[in-house]
Amino acid sequence: MKSQQEIHDDLTSIRTIMEKSSKFISLSGLSGILAGVYALLGAAAALYLTTTMAIPTDGYKNDYHVIGKAVDLLWPLFLIAALVLAASLITGFVLSGRKAKKHGTAFWTPATYRIIINLSIPLVTGGIVIITQLFYGNYEFVAPGCLLFYGLALLAASPNLYEEVRYLGYSEIILGVICGLLPGYGLFFWATGFGIFHIFYGALMFRKYDR
Amino acid sequence: MKNPFENFDKVLEHRMRLQIMGVLAANESFDFNTLKELLQTTDGNLATHIKALEREKYIIVQKSFVDRKPNTRYKISERGRSAFKKHLDAMEEIVKTMPTKLEQKK
Repeated sequence: MKSQQEIHDDLTSIRTIMEKSSKFISLSGLSGILAGVYALLGAAAALYLTTTMAIPTDGYKNDYHVIGKAVDLLWPLFLIAALVLAASLITGFVLSGRKAKKHGTAFWTPATYRIIINLSIPLVTGGIVIITQLFYGNYEFVAPGCLLFYGLALLAASPNLYEEVRYLGYSEIILGVICGLLPGYGLFFWATGFGIFHIFYGALMFRKYDR
Repeated sequence: MKNPFENFDKVLEHRMRLQIMGVLAANESFDFNTLKELLQTTDGNLATHIKALEREKYIIVQKSFVDRKPNTRYKISERGRSAFKKHLDAMEEIVKTMPTKLEQKK
């Protein structure tokens, strides 16, 4: 018969192994902070572009001249967003890979694949929906759409990640809904959701897990 | 007082078997090699314990081929999940009676 201490150690080992097998524990908090910084830089660049090229935020529907200008801005803005996304992803992969190496844990585990699948489904769906809306000239949908689908993606991936990711997901969804209710402030909400929130939750995770 | 050990599952008493059940309870399915890496054990050792769990129908074995190489995946069965839970509850019951030692560990 086992001693109480042995049973206690058994329980601890089960808890550890369950956590280790199902969670991606290498996610770097620092990469979250940096992703937030990139997003703020991107938002600043977008603000500069939109204010210097001066598109009115309303009443443009029947003004072909202004629509022409808005379309001119579409690609530069798209490029900024793509750069922010690419830089965030690369930073995330590099820093998380480094963290995995430092702790001697595997980077590519079944949990990693599941996270990528669970993130991709809402993100690809959201991407298609947002681009479709852009085609119809519904520019106001971009910011709330990004926030909502990103929040849903985080929520879908959160069972295999730190709990902070779930809270970040909830925060993005709530912000996305509010953003949808207040047209004209898209960039402000986008910068809050992708900039401030990433820095805040990234810092929380950095304090808790990175050191 | 009733003996808390009477709820103990003989098959699950070995730590590695508990760990295997834990991994399968927390994940939809797991393959042999990843499991071996995770538990840092040998082929033979892991195979023996898996056989024992399979015999009790606590786990379900799925054999398939990936790139013509055999790939064996394991899943927890409903029977295995309830046995695992019952055993964990019994373990917790016993640990609860040793609060002083736990507090010392903190």
